[in-house]
Order: sequence, then structure tokens, then C-alpha cells
Amino acid sequence: MTIRDKVIAIIAEQAVLDPSDIRMDSTLQDLGIDSLGLVESIFAIEEEFDISVPFNANEPEASDFDISSVASIIGGIEKLKAEQA
Amino acid sequence: MKRVVITGAGTINALGHDVSATLDAMREGRCGIGDLEFRDVERLMIRIGGQVRGFEAEGHFNRQQMSLYDRFTQFTLLASKEAIGQSGLEFSGDLAARSGVVLGTAGGGVSTWDDNYRSVYEDGKNRVHPFVVPKLMNNAAASHVSMEYNLKGPSFTVSTACASSNHAMALAFQMVRSGAAPSMITGGSESMLCFGGVKAWEGLRVMSKDACRPFSANRNGMVQGEGAGIFVFEEYEHARARGAEILAEVIGYAMTSDAADIVMPSKQGAARAMAGALADAHVNAAEVGYINAHGTGTTANDKTECAAVADVFGAHADKLMISSTKSMHGHLIGGTGAVELLACIMAVRDGVIAPTIGYQEPDPECALDVVPNAAREAPIEVALSNAFAFGGLNAVLALRRFQ
Repeated sequence: MTIRDKVIAIIAEQAVLDPSDIRMDSTLQDLGIDSLGLVESIFAIEEEFDISVPFNANEPEASDFDISSVASIIGGIEKLKAEQA
Repeated sequence: MKRVVITGAGTINALGHDVSATLDAMREGRCGIGDLEFRDVERLMIRIGGQVRGFEAEGHFNRQQMSLYDRFTQFTLLASKEAIGQSGLEFSGDLAARSGVVLGTAGGGVSTWDDNYRSVYEDGKNRVHPFVVPKLMNNAAASHVSMEYNLKGPSFTVSTACASSNHAMALAFQMVRSGAAPSMITGGSESMLCFGGVKAWEGLRVMSKDACRPFSANRNGMVQGEGAGIFVFEEYEHARARGAEILAEVIGYAMTSDAADIVMPSKQGAARAMAGALADAHVNAAEVGYINAHGTGTTANDKTECAAVADVFGAHADKLMISSTKSMHGHLIGGTGAVELLACIMAVRDGVIAPTIGYQEPDPECALDVVPNAAREAPIEVALSNAFAFGGLNAVLALRRFQ
């Protein structure tokens, strides 16, 4: 599975949707994922990719990690993995 | 002052997953204590307990709920469903705005602490699930009950070790009696039967390796249990107006502090709590037919408790019945008074007195009618439920047969 597929699987599980229903331009809000669901998704992503996501729930917009859409989340993880390698 | 009645009861504990199964077991004098089953149990010296068996969170709760509910919260929600379902209350408008949840627990989410400490200390993991805090906090169970049933009045959790549930129920009683709340959800829960939870108790050297035998001369300590007991306390006129079934009336309480020792019980503190509950309920000692004892099965508690009963009741101490149902369901620590209130309801409502099982040898220091080994039938007008906690914090409730 690619990073993209894995992230979509994590988000789909959190949203209780089929992965095919997750679009790249979907926002987490569109998918019905609330703030608790978001921190749980980030935890699942960190576990899956063995990375540390720089995300502070107090000020999500100010974080280095862009969570505005599924595409931006995938982009952020690809960048973190690249830096790790 | 308002009259306070109980219009709903729910439980899950080692004797059963609901009230009727629990009362059947108490009537039959069945023991719910057995070999503990969980990870690393072989590293414990104490390997018995009153564990809830045959309970799976799946089927009761969805995935998101399970990630937020520690076992003590799961027990609470299950017992709340039974209690509130039986009461028939639906909370909306003014009733919702003024009704709340006051629960007792000593440890809260002990297995959540245990699992995550193991993960970061033993397994060396450096990341924990984001819900560890909302899962383990002592008020998690009360909060989830408030959310599930739309209870928007005063809600909080009381933590006074082994008296937690009795303190919680005493406070809920006060709120309904004073008119502050038309109804309150109350009781408590505990789930400490995991490696760390039992290991901590083991350290104190007060646990029995084989059985809980309250009042028996050969008693050798307490046995832990787990579970929840939840009740709906309701203002009498409110209950009557809607034709609710009334299980019993709560007529009084008292709370005292020994101000003496962090673990050793005090006869005076226990006696003042029982006498205080009688005074608060305006009943004569002679009206009390049954006491559900704290009766932990330790040398110190049982003889101290019996001496306190003798002091408070005088000659009547030899006529009343006193039993410890901990011999069957184990000591539920912060949840224990709640499960034990069920035995008091059975006594005043059904005229059935739950026994003290495992009783083998009379102890001259516990020379009361402890209802040894077999339940008994007798009409009971008033029953007391005792809880005496570590730290010397005592709370006693008085129930009366409803008529």
C-alpha cells in the first residue's frame, strides 16, 4: 500500500466510510470527523508511519501540519517520511 | 423536606449482569469469587477475586465508545441502562435541567493507567492513545451517564476509597430530600482487577488467598471484586404522580470521620455513623431488622464493626441480623456500597436477608447473628448499609420498606 492508500484507510475507518468514498479534496469536517476523531486519526497515522506529527489541537491552523484536506494530510506525511529517510 | 424513594436499580458484578441475577445469587448464597484471569496473573500472590465474567464490551458499545470507555465506565453505563430503564424516567425540560449524576469510585480507570504504564515503561513505547486522560479520569463514568441520558443538573464523582458509593448516594439523597433535584442517578463502580490493581492491594498484606469469610474466626482477609451498582433516587411525589414502581424509601444517612488512622478502623467512628443515620432517619434502634455490614473479612474490620453495632444497638444488637455480602461478590472498593444496597432493598422489599457465606467458625468478638451461609426470610422494616473506608471516612444509609 502507498502512503496515500494507508492514510485513506485510516481516515475511512475513523469516518466509518468506505475508502472509495474519501475524496482528495474532502475536508475532515465533510467526512464527519470531529476534534476527538482528528487527534485519534493523527495517533493512528503516527503509529502506522512511525513518525511524529507536529500538531497541536489548541491551534490547528498554526501547526506546521496542514489538515485542511485529505490531500494536504497525505502531502504532509510524505514530507515527514522523506525527511525521516 | 421531601421524601426520597428508589425507582430504579441496575448492576453488573461477579454474581450477575443484572439485578435479578444478583439477587437470585444472594438468595441462594452463591459465591462469585474465583480464579482471576488477566495478563501477568501468575506474578501475583493473590490470585482470586470477584471478577465479572462473560461480559464483552462489543455488542454493548460501538468502536468510538469503546475507545473512550474504561471498564469502570462500561460497567456504569450498563447498570445505568437497567436502572433508568426500570424507573421509566425520560429526562427533558426542567427534569433534565435539575437532575444529575453523583457516583462513587476509588480508582476510576485503573486498567487504563495499568495498560498505558505497561506500554510506556515495560514495552518502551513513546506514544499513547489520545483518549488516555478522558478514559481514566474518575469522573468519566458520571460524565458519560450525564451525556447518555441528558442529565444537566449537579454531576460529580466522590472518591472516598471503600465508602465512595455510600458517600455518593448520601449526597444524592440530600439533593433530592432538600428539593434541589427532583431525581438523581447515583451509586458507583470499580474495576481494579488487573495486574497493577491487585498488586497494589497485595502490598498491604490484608488480602486472602483462598476466600472472604467475614465474621468467621478463621477469616484471613479481604477479596477484591468489580462491577457497578446504579440507582434512581426520586422525590416521592414526583414518583407517585407518574405511577412509578417504588423499590424502597431512603430515610436517612450519616457521614463521620475517625480522624485517627489511615488504615485502622475505629469503633467510635463507625458507631457515630450508624447512630447518626438512625437520628437523621428519626427511627429507633429497635426498628432496624437488618444491617448490610461493611464486613470485609479482615480481622480488624469485622470485630470493630461488631463492637460498634453492640454499642449503638445495645440489647437489640442480639435481635437484628447483620450480614456481609462481600463473601459472595467480593469487595468492590469504591463501588461496594452500591452493590450492597441491593441486599438492603431485597431485605425491606422482599423480606429476604442475604447470608454471609463461607462462615466456618464462630468468633466471640463477632457474636452477632451474621446470617451464616443460608439466606433467611423475615419481614424487615428498616435496614442500614455500612461503609467504612481507609482513611477513617464512614458513611451509613438507612432504607425503609415502602408502604
